[in-house]
Amino acid sequence: IENLHDVFPGNETKLGMSRGVPEPKLTAVDAMIDKLTGAIFVFQLVVVIVLGIAGNVWKETEAIKINSILISGFVMAHRPKQWYVRYPPEGQWYELLIIPLRFELLCSIMIPISIKVSLDLVKSLYAKFIDWDIEMYDPESGTSSHAANTAISEDLGQVEYILTDKTGTLTENRMIFRRCCISGIFYGNESGDALKDVDLQNAVFTGSPDVIRFLSIMAICNTVVPTKSKSGTISYKAQSQDEDALVNAAAHLHVTLASKSGNIIVINYNGSNIQYELLDTLEFTSDRKRMSVVVRDCQNGKVILMSKGADEAILPYSFPGQHTKIFCEAVEQYAQLGLRTLCLAWRELMEDEYREWSLMFKEANSTLWRLAEVCQRLEHNLEILGVTAIEDHLQDGVPETIEMLRKAGMYFWMLTGDKQSTAIQIALSCNFISPEPKGQLLLIDGKTEDEVFRSLERVLLTMRITTAEHKEVAFVIDGWALEIALKHHRKAFTELAILSRTALCCRVTPSQKAQVLQSSLAMLHGLRYGCWVQLVELLKSCDYRTLAIGDGGNDVRMIQQADIGVGISGREGLQAARAADYSIGSNINQYFIAEFRFLTRLILVHGRYSYNRTAFLSQYSFYKSLLICFIQILFSFISGVSGTSLFNSVSLMAYNVFYTSIPVMVSVLDKDLSEKTVMQHPQILFYCQAGRLLNPSTFAGWFGRSLYHAIVVFVISMHAYANEKSEMEEVAMVALSGCIWLQAFVVALETNSFTILQHLAIWGNLAAFYIINWILSALPASGMYTIMFRLCRQPTYWLTMLLITVAGMGPVLALKYFRYTYTPSKINILQQAERLGGPILSLGNIEPQSRSFEKEVSPLSITLPKNRNPVYEPLLSDSPNSTRRSLGTVTPFDFFQSSSRLSSNYSRDYKTN
Amino acid sequence: MSFKGGTSSEGSTDSAATKKSSKKPKYSKFTQQELPACKPILTPGWVITTFIAVGIVFIPIGLASLFASEHVVEIVHRYDEDCVPSDYSDNALAYIQSTETNKTCKRSITVPKQMKSPVYIYYELDNFYQNHRRYVKSRSDKQLRSKASESDTKDCDPEAVSKNGPIVPCGLIAWSLFNDTYRFSVNNSILEVSKKEIAWKSDQQYKFGSDVYPKNFQSEGLIGGAKLNESIPLSEQVDLIVWMRTAALPTFRKLYGKIEVDLEANDEISVVIQNNYNTYSFDGKKKLVLSTTSWIGGKNDFLGVAYLTVGGLCLFLAISFMLIYVFKPR
Repeated sequence: IENLHDVFPGNETKLGMSRGVPEPKLTAVDAMIDKLTGAIFVFQLVVVIVLGIAGNVWKETEAIKINSILISGFVMAHRPKQWYVRYPPEGQWYELLIIPLRFELLCSIMIPISIKVSLDLVKSLYAKFIDWDIEMYDPESGTSSHAANTAISEDLGQVEYILTDKTGTLTENRMIFRRCCISGIFYGNESGDALKDVDLQNAVFTGSPDVIRFLSIMAICNTVVPTKSKSGTISYKAQSQDEDALVNAAAHLHVTLASKSGNIIVINYNGSNIQYELLDTLEFTSDRKRMSVVVRDCQNGKVILMSKGADEAILPYSFPGQHTKIFCEAVEQYAQLGLRTLCLAWRELMEDEYREWSLMFKEANSTLWRLAEVCQRLEHNLEILGVTAIEDHLQDGVPETIEMLRKAGMYFWMLTGDKQSTAIQIALSCNFISPEPKGQLLLIDGKTEDEVFRSLERVLLTMRITTAEHKEVAFVIDGWALEIALKHHRKAFTELAILSRTALCCRVTPSQKAQVLQSSLAMLHGLRYGCWVQLVELLKSCDYRTLAIGDGGNDVRMIQQADIGVGISGREGLQAARAADYSIGSNINQYFIAEFRFLTRLILVHGRYSYNRTAFLSQYSFYKSLLICFIQILFSFISGVSGTSLFNSVSLMAYNVFYTSIPVMVSVLDKDLSEKTVMQHPQILFYCQAGRLLNPSTFAGWFGRSLYHAIVVFVISMHAYANEKSEMEEVAMVALSGCIWLQAFVVALETNSFTILQHLAIWGNLAAFYIINWILSALPASGMYTIMFRLCRQPTYWLTMLLITVAGMGPVLALKYFRYTYTPSKINILQQAERLGGPILSLGNIEPQSRSFEKEVSPLSITLPKNRNPVYEPLLSDSPNSTRRSLGTVTPFDFFQSSSRLSSNYSRDYKTN
Repeated sequence: MSFKGGTSSEGSTDSAATKKSSKKPKYSKFTQQELPACKPILTPGWVITTFIAVGIVFIPIGLASLFASEHVVEIVHRYDEDCVPSDYSDNALAYIQSTETNKTCKRSITVPKQMKSPVYIYYELDNFYQNHRRYVKSRSDKQLRSKASESDTKDCDPEAVSKNGPIVPCGLIAWSLFNDTYRFSVNNSILEVSKKEIAWKSDQQYKFGSDVYPKNFQSEGLIGGAKLNESIPLSEQVDLIVWMRTAALPTFRKLYGKIEVDLEANDEISVVIQNNYNTYSFDGKKKLVLSTTSWIGGKNDFLGVAYLTVGGLCLFLAISFMLIYVFKPR
C-alpha cells in the first residue's frame, strides 16, 4: 500500500497524543508592533527623564529658592519667585521623583492600550470575512472556508514559503484504477483506462488464471467492508482510497467482493460464489509499506498468502528465478505518468509452514513485539502477479493557483510520499516546475553523509550560477538526504532553500529507512513528517513566514509548526479527519479551505487586505496617541514643567475610546486595489511580504506627522485663544477639537475606498464628538459645564478649527500628492490604472529603487562561500555557460531579494553558532 | 492504526448533507466586502483645485479677521514699574511686601480713538503660572458649591485649614486672588466700573454657592492676595469667580469690570491704582487694559495673519504644482 499519506492516526494513538498543544502564534505584524511599542517606550522614558529633570530645575530655581536681599546691613528674607505655588522649602529626597512620575503618568497614553482591543476586533472581522466569502465556497462538497484562528490573518499576506502536501491537497484524493500490468502484459495503455481495455475484458471472460488471481487479490487483499443495500447493490467502505479503487475496479471486471461475514469472504465471479476463509491479516504499516492476508480457499483447502504493497516492498521478495524486470519497467512507466503504483503478489503456503508461523504470529500479535519481523518471515518467495496503477486526479485549478502564487513571489515546497519520478511528473503537471528548456531540475541524493554533502554542494553551486540567468531552478531531494542535510549541513541547505524557488521532497526508500528510524520523533510521525517539521522550523528560524497546507492526517504536525496552517476540508471523507484532528483545541493557526485553488484568494485577497488594514490601523493608533501626548508635552513647557494635564480625564479617556477608535475601525472595509486587480497582478503582494507598509521607516513618517500635527494644534489654539480668552477648559477643548478634526481628515486621506460606512464613521464620529460634548456641557456637575456651548457660539472657534485642519492637512496632502505623482509605488500605479481606466503598464520588477539598496548587501553573501573549493560541476545542467565560473563573478543581478535574505541568514546563523 | 475516511462516518452523512445547504455563506454586500465605494485618487486636477479653493476661501477670511481686529480699540497700560516710588526702584520687592508703604498710584491714559460702550477693563499678568499643576489643583469645587461640604479641603494644601476651622474658599488659587484695584475718572467725573456679568453666569449659578460665605480667609500666616467681604456669598464674589477660572497660558488677561459709557477720542482718563499685588518677585508685568470688542473678540491679529499666510501658501503650492505638472507631468 502506498498511501502513506492516508495513514490517519486517531487522537488516542501515540501520534495523536504527541501532537501536543502548539504555542500561540505571533504574527510578523504583531512582532513589529511590539518592536515599535518598545521603541516608543524608550522614547517615553527619555521624555520623562528630560522633563522630570527640567521640572525639578524649574521648581528649584523658580518656586523654592528664596531670594534674600541685603538692605542696609539686614538680611530680609523674601518669598521665592513664584510665591503663589507655595512649595515647602525643605522637601524629602523622594519629592524629586514626584515630577518625573507625573510626567510618566502624563505620557503613559503614548503607548495606545486601545491598539490591542482594536486589533483583536478587526482581526476577528478579517476571520469572519474569510468565513463569509462566497467565492471560497465549494458547492460540490458544500463547505465554506473557515478561519479557526482569528489572530493571524495578516500573516497570510506576508507568506513567503508554502509547503504543500500532495495527496488530498493538490490532488483530489479520489483514486481511479487506470492501468495494470498482469504477468508482463500491459492493459489500458491505449485507452488510458484498463477497465475499458477489450483485451483485459476478454481475459476475464476466458478466465485466464493469472488475471483472475490478480483480480481476486485486488478484491480480497484489503480491509474493505462491503455492505449490501436492499436493492441488491453492493457498496464498499474503504479506509483507504486506493483500496476502494482496487475493489471497485475488480468488481467492474466481474470479480466482485460480495460479502465479508466473520472470517468468510465471498467473491462473486461470473455469477458463481467462491468462498475464502480469512485466516490472518498482516496489517499495513508505514514501515513495511505492504499488507498481506492469509486465506484458505474453501474449494480446495489451500492456504494462500496475498500481498500488495509498494514496489520496493514487494519486488525484492519475489521467489528466486522470477523475472521482475518487466514489473520494474511497468512501475517506472506508470510513475512517469504520475500514477500511483502497487505491486500484487501471492504465494501458496504449505499447511505446516503456515501452522508454525501462525503460532508465532499470534504470540507476536498479542505482545506487539517483533510483529514486523514475524510478518517478514512469511512474506518472501512471492510470486509477483502484476502492477496496478491508480490515478489521483489533480484538483481543479491547481496549476493556475500555483502559477499565480509563484508570480506573487512564493517559494513552493512540495512534500510527497510518492516515488521520485511520480513526484516530478505531478510537479510538472501542476506547474510546479517548468519543463527543460525553461526550467532546470537538480537532484540531491546520496546514501552517506558525504555523498549528500557533495551533491548538496554541487546543486548549490549550480543554483548560484543559474540565478543570474532567467531560469527556473528547482531541486528534488529525497527524504534521507533531507534528513542528513537538515542534521549536518544546515547552513548550506538553508542557502539552497533561499535560492531555490521550488523544491520537491519525495519519499524515503525502505533500505534507508532502517538506518534512520532511531530518532523517536521520526518513528512517531513517520520519517518524512519529522523532517518536514524540522524543515518548517529551519525556515522559521530564518524569519520566513511559512504556510503549510495539507489535508489533515500526517501533516498535522507540520501544519501546526508552520506560521500558518491551512487544511483542505473540501472532500467528504476528509471532514471527519478535520473534525477529529483539528478540533481538539490545537487549531491555533489554522484556516480551512474547501479546495486548493482557494488558496490564491485566501492569500492575495484576504491576507493582503488584512495586512494593509492592520498596518494602517496600528500606525494610526500610535499616531493619535502620540498626537495627544505631544500636545501635553508642549503644554508642560508653558506650565512651569510641572506636569499639568491640559485635558481633563474625561476627555482623555473619551479621546482614546470613542473619538479616535471608531473611524479607524472601519478601515477594515478599506481596499486599496480591487480584488480583480490584485488577482491580475499578484506581484503586488511583494509589498506585504517585504513589510513595506509597516516598518520603522513608515512608522517614522507617522511619528513625524503626529509631532507636526501636535505643534499645529498647540500653536494655533494657544495663539487664537490668548489673553482674555485663555481659560483652561476652553483652550483644552479647542485643542481637543483640533485633534479630532485632524484625525478625521487623516483617516479620510488614508482611506482608499469610501463606502457609506466609512463616511458614516468618519463624519458621524465628528458629529458625535460635538453631541457628546454638548451633553457633557449640559451637566452642571461636569468640569466642562457650558464650555462647548460657549465655544460653538464663537466664530473664532470655527475659524480656529478650519485653520488647524488646513494647516495640518495641507502639507500632508501636498507631500502625499507629490509622492503619488512623482515617485509612485506599484500600488499607486495600479490604483491610477484601475480608477482612471488607463492602460495597466507592465509592472516589471517590483520596486527597482529598493534593489540598489540591497545591492550593497549582496557581496557579503558572496564572499562567504569563497573559501570553499570553487570548482564544482553542475549536476543536471547541460547549459554551457553554467560550467565553471569563479564564484566571485556570480553576482546575482536578479535576486537581490534572495541574496539579501542570504546575508541576513548568515548573520542569523552566526548568532546561533 | 486507523485510516482516513472512517467507517463510522456513514451515519452522519445524512445530517451533514442537510447541513450543507445552511453552510453556504449568505450573500450580502457587506460580507463579501463589495459595498459600493467611491475611490478617490490624488489626481493633479483634484489636488490643485483643492489648494486653490482653500486659498480663495482663506484670504478673505484672513482679511475680515484682520479688519475686525484692527477695528477693536485697545489701550494697554503697563504700571508695575511706574507705580514703584523712585526711592524703592532698586528694591521693588521690599516696597510691595511692606505694609507701611503707600500703594496708591495715579496714572493717566489718553484714549486714542472713540471707544463705544461697553468698554472692558482687564488686568493682564505676565509670567504668572496659573496653570502650574500644584496651583491649578489647589481648590475644592465641592466646598465652593455648597455649605455642606465646607470641610472638604483635602486638595487645598497648604491653604486648607486655619486654627479656627476650614478656610472658605480654600486652596492656593483663592488665596492668591488678585488685589490691585482701579478707580477711573474722566474730566474729574468718576467713571463707574460695573462688575455686572463679568463672571460666567453658569459659574455664579452652579459652581459658587449662594449660601457659602468666606470664612477664615487670609486670616493668618502668609497673606497671599485680596481679602473677601465675609458678608457676601461666594456666588456674588465676581472677582474671585473670574480669578478661579484659571488661565492656560502664563500670560493672561482677566476681566476686571466694564465701563458702560462711550469714551471719546483724546479723553484723558486718570486712573487711581492700588498697587498691592506682588508680581515683582517673579518679574511679572502688570498691565491695565481697556478694550472694546468685535465679532472675533478682543484685539488679536493672530487669526488674520495666520489665515492670510496659510491662504497664500496654498495658492503658492497650487501654482507651483501646476507649473511642475506642466513641465513634468509624471
